[in-house]
Amino acid sequence: MQFNALTAHELHDRLAKKEISSVEITEAVFKRIDEVEEKVRSLVTQTRDKALQKAAEVDMKIARGEKIGPLEGIPVLIKDNMCTEGILTTCSSKMLHNFVPPYNATVVEKLKQAGAVIIGKANMDEFAMGSSTENSRFFATRNPWDKERVPGGSSGGSAAAVAADETIYSLGSDTGGSIRQPASFCGVVGLKPTYGAVSRYGLIAYASSLDQIGPFAKDVRDCTRVFGTIAGHDPKDSTSAEFAVPDYTSFLTGDVKGLRVGIPREYFVEGTDSGVKELINNAIKKFEELGAICEETSLPHTEYALPVYYIIAPAEASSNLARYDGVKYGYRDESAEDMVTMYMRTRSEGFGTEVKRRIMLGTYALSSGYYDAYYLKALKVRTLIKQDFDRAFENFDILISPTAPTPAFKFGEKSDDPMQMYLSDVFTISVNLAGIPGLTIPCGFVDGLPVGLQLMGRPFGEGTLFRAAYAFEQNTEFHLSRPKL
Amino acid sequence: MAIQYEIVIGLEVHSELKTASKIFCCSSTEFGGDPNTHICPVCLGLPGVLPVTNKKVVEFGIKAGLALNCTIAEFSKFDRKNYYYPDLPKNYQISQYDLPIAEHGYLDITVDGQQKRIGITRVHMEEDAGKLVHEGETMATSRYSLVDYNRTGVPLVEIVSEPEISSPEEARLYLEKMKAILQYTDVSDCKMEEGSLRCDANISVRPVGQKEFGTRTELKNMNSFRALQKALEYEAERQIEVLEDGGRVIQETRTWDEARGITLSMRSKEEAHDYRYFPDPDLVPMVISQQWIEEIRQTLPELPDARKERYVTDYALPVYDAEVITGSKELSDYFDEGLKHTANAKALSNWVMGELLKYINTSGLSVAGVDFPIPPANLAELVELIDRGDISGKIAKDVFADMQEKGERPSVIIEARGLKQISDEGAIAAVVNEVIAKNPQSVEDFRNGKDKAIGFLVGQVMKATKGQANPGVVNQLLRDKMK
Repeated sequence: MQFNALTAHELHDRLAKKEISSVEITEAVFKRIDEVEEKVRSLVTQTRDKALQKAAEVDMKIARGEKIGPLEGIPVLIKDNMCTEGILTTCSSKMLHNFVPPYNATVVEKLKQAGAVIIGKANMDEFAMGSSTENSRFFATRNPWDKERVPGGSSGGSAAAVAADETIYSLGSDTGGSIRQPASFCGVVGLKPTYGAVSRYGLIAYASSLDQIGPFAKDVRDCTRVFGTIAGHDPKDSTSAEFAVPDYTSFLTGDVKGLRVGIPREYFVEGTDSGVKELINNAIKKFEELGAICEETSLPHTEYALPVYYIIAPAEASSNLARYDGVKYGYRDESAEDMVTMYMRTRSEGFGTEVKRRIMLGTYALSSGYYDAYYLKALKVRTLIKQDFDRAFENFDILISPTAPTPAFKFGEKSDDPMQMYLSDVFTISVNLAGIPGLTIPCGFVDGLPVGLQLMGRPFGEGTLFRAAYAFEQNTEFHLSRPKL
Repeated sequence: MAIQYEIVIGLEVHSELKTASKIFCCSSTEFGGDPNTHICPVCLGLPGVLPVTNKKVVEFGIKAGLALNCTIAEFSKFDRKNYYYPDLPKNYQISQYDLPIAEHGYLDITVDGQQKRIGITRVHMEEDAGKLVHEGETMATSRYSLVDYNRTGVPLVEIVSEPEISSPEEARLYLEKMKAILQYTDVSDCKMEEGSLRCDANISVRPVGQKEFGTRTELKNMNSFRALQKALEYEAERQIEVLEDGGRVIQETRTWDEARGITLSMRSKEEAHDYRYFPDPDLVPMVISQQWIEEIRQTLPELPDARKERYVTDYALPVYDAEVITGSKELSDYFDEGLKHTANAKALSNWVMGELLKYINTSGLSVAGVDFPIPPANLAELVELIDRGDISGKIAKDVFADMQEKGERPSVIIEARGLKQISDEGAIAAVVNEVIAKNPQSVEDFRNGKDKAIGFLVGQVMKATKGQANPGVVNQLLRDKMK
């Protein structure tokens, strides 16, 4: 039995029954990493010793007969933009190549409290800017289903590692699709929670009003468990919401009878791969078979989501990334003779092309004389996009769409054309702008490449998404397929 | 005929709020710790941290706004002001742009006995920056510079006046009044020497009668009330000279060089920053309830103008006295405390404005300090002792000197040194007899109607009693015995 290929809930049951130990699970995970990491390249840092030490502690606890929590003793991989005390946190950037945070992100603290075994940090597009993980300054992560193809991004390492069974589950972050698109490309479950549901404290900011942390998992049940662990109000994050975190597993009934499912017509237009379209239509039929009521609806401002996103996100990023100047931590150009030259060289060399492109875009959008025309107008359109969803949710419990217009694309295919790259997030971006939750689950394969189905819900309606996703998963077998490595 | 010019000045005052912790984190705001000891990941702006607003800062911002007669915003927010400087760890400052906490207020100053009202445009909250220490004179001439982030994130209010200040003297009076109001309100220590009160000025000149403003310059680096006035005087003259010579004033930022007594160009408008203000997405907008505003209004103390009025009306102090004393909250609180122990307000006021101020200025002590040797009750007791005739005014000055040294009550000092005035007729009579016997000529003169002669005889008695005899009693006894 390959322990590393199991889900967290399966492993938890075996741990509780003392059939296996956390050390065995952790060793299995690292053995897998040793075997396949050269092909996948999903980790930028491995914390093997700390992980095994933590696993041994959990085993002691089990041996003492104490009760363990659902994630206790289970390995997890964390995207490298979440601060881990004493462990390198680089954002896959030269700028932070040597940055060791003196504190833990709230999600990391919560996982530690839950007894999680942190195995390392996942590769990503630099500062979470990108859709293929090709923008990592260290190396590109490969899609476990086809090593010629990208795993998606920006949380490509987190997605690929789950698909490759290098970890049991992982955390990613999603600003415009950075959890859902790679989850779709790698054939795993990925959740972008409601804005404010998970604390952003310790998440190295890309675009503060859009960023959310969420889980990658091998099935919906694991996703509920991880989300239930990391969700909740955090006094350290003013934008985190005060809400009661329910037991999300209670939504896993397998029943969607009478569930009203909206199909936004703007998400079924030209440019989407025909194979993807077919799989989504099959999924809609499956929901109908299961008793859901599926009807077409409209989100009329969808076409503006991409331009609005590429004003708001870079604007916030241009300010968020200003702190990387070589003065306090991270990369510094040592050759400069004066401060301004040091600033310029540090930032020219420390940041990669896409990061610099977005900083320039955002700086321009916020500049005196352009603010009203770009940033302010974008904020107004963002409100219209949100109102589209509000209206749709008056008639529907969830909305479904493709997660991405295509399956995983090849390396280099879009990296020279930013617009083509940006379009791969066209179905996921609106969800961030509206602040609502989005979940992606495997719904089939096109030419052997996995395709994701996106479920969108009301703010704090993650439970309903889990209910629908679980019913679909119970009646399909796509989530059971594994890439051959 | 020479053109007459008028001066137009607007002031931007920065005042540190005296909250225990910083504006967006829990680090201490205490002044003077070792470098980089009052810091945490949040005020250091480390990757991933988020600000959380200190409610006390908002309360103090509202309080300052109310004390300055402002309208308090019901909806307010924080914005980011983006610029690069090593004392600003995030390279943006969290400040307020278009929705400040308070607007449309005023404060009154007294110029040449006339009251003048200066409009306050806005009061907004922001975080302070850190402090750079250069190896050399400036960053450009240093091999390295060090940075201390203790001050980073200390809460500030910035208070912007309308361009309604018409002279350097008015500017100083405005700043002095601002300091008094903020101190009374107890939101700031306003110590210019520690940088907890700072002031920048915008100044322009125009021919009298011209409606449009002249081109303004912004003055920085004025670290005292005196420096503010001097810098503005210099700058007004400089601008008038430029215009008189047919030149144009350039819009620029200038720095006050205290040592040379001149202003120097720092940067021109072309080099001015585009701060790219935008709402801080890490902080949610603030909705401020009328109820909270009213609760804070209830906590407002008596402000300097009201207190001045009280001194004049209730204690019949001259307006000048009332103004000097209320100009400093410490001094005024001291005076009020003293009034609990004596009814003679005018005498107490004379002592406070005379000997006490002289002592404060020479000793550098604060009347509010725990180590201040003369508590208000002691000074009031001194006034009472004089009033009762226990000591003369002259002896009282000696006693006051001892009070500084020993920190004792004046009655104790008088007792210990045997300085109590002798009013007992029997004790004085012997000396009086002796003096009469020794000075026959003066006695003769007095008896011949030279009333002045008695002054000399009183003086002789006082001398013989080392000033302790009650002059009134002495006088009476002499007259009785020379009848």
